[in-house]
Amino acid sequence: MKKLLLGLIAAALLPIAHAAQYAVTPDRSALTFTYKQMGVPVEGRFRKYSARIDFDPAKPAAAKAVIDVDLAGIDTGLPEADEEVKGKDWFDVKNYPQAHFESTAVKALGGNRYEASGKLTMHGRTQIVTAPFTYGPQGNAAQFEGSFTLKRADYGIGQGEWADFGTVANEIQIKFRFLATAGK
Amino acid sequence: MSAARYTPVAIGLHWIVAALLAALFGVGLYMHGLPLSPWKLKVYSWHKWAGVTAFALLLLRFAWRATHRPPALPAAMPAWQRGAAHAGHALLYVLMAAIPLTGWLMSSAKGFQTVWFGVLPIPDLLEKNKELGEVLGEVHEWLNYLLAAVVAGHAGAALKHHVVDRDDVLTRMLPRRSS
Repeated sequence: MKKLLLGLIAAALLPIAHAAQYAVTPDRSALTFTYKQMGVPVEGRFRKYSARIDFDPAKPAAAKAVIDVDLAGIDTGLPEADEEVKGKDWFDVKNYPQAHFESTAVKALGGNRYEASGKLTMHGRTQIVTAPFTYGPQGNAAQFEGSFTLKRADYGIGQGEWADFGTVANEIQIKFRFLATAGK
Repeated sequence: MSAARYTPVAIGLHWIVAALLAALFGVGLYMHGLPLSPWKLKVYSWHKWAGVTAFALLLLRFAWRATHRPPALPAAMPAWQRGAAHAGHALLYVLMAAIPLTGWLMSSAKGFQTVWFGVLPIPDLLEKNKELGEVLGEVHEWLNYLLAAVVAGHAGAALKHHVVDRDDVLTRMLPRRSS
């Protein structure tokens, strides 16, 4: 009886044991954004974020990613622009300090390529985003790298005098390269 | 009246560049103090496009100057004035080249590539580097003040030739009046 119980518990735990739980190491990862300003691509990055990823390449459908970005940690390259985008017309970090992403579906695209869909919430608004990414196991760690494009107007980011897309384009490309260690 | 004049092309380029540099200088002073806004981003882009244009015109002037000898200075000019004139002109050319170059390098260091008229990307020679960008900004600014001082000397000398010496040094750089 005891053996059977243990066996059942072991069977129940088996899927979890297969799916590695990863915690992203921020100083070996990068979360950047690229947008066009007066037609010229400009890159910036987010300095503060946390991400947890459950991923088993054999069962991508069971994968799960939760990412929280501390928007006050934005680095646009210009101090005055950092201050501007934290303000009311943009992220409004006083009221909405974080961007939150939670995956709802992950599927295999073949090879080491996968695709994650999920809900991205920013500035009080939620949109579905889909990001193709690659999975690269590195011993006890793994690298998840991919990108997707969002439209800032969908989140009400860049209002007032910034609402016109002529100076700052609507499309913002988000690129991530997460180096994550397993078993934390 | 001496017949030795600058060529119409040299005269045209001289005055187009003079007007462009005056506008760039004024806009540069104005835009620096603007609060961040779409207007500021637009003005910065226009300033950069105009700066690249000024540099392109400078290259044209170099090419023209290399193939067309400018008229000689008046024979009555003392040697020190000739020396000062040549040194002043050389300095003007050096500054007209150095100012757009520092502006371009500053843009690269600050992470904002220069794309001429939003169409032709000028390669970034420098990697993004905040500190270097700020140093280049200072250099760009002070070279401009130096250029303004040298231009003032240049214009003052031309007026002195016209009013005091009553020679043709100023008029030979003016467009010929149609009679």
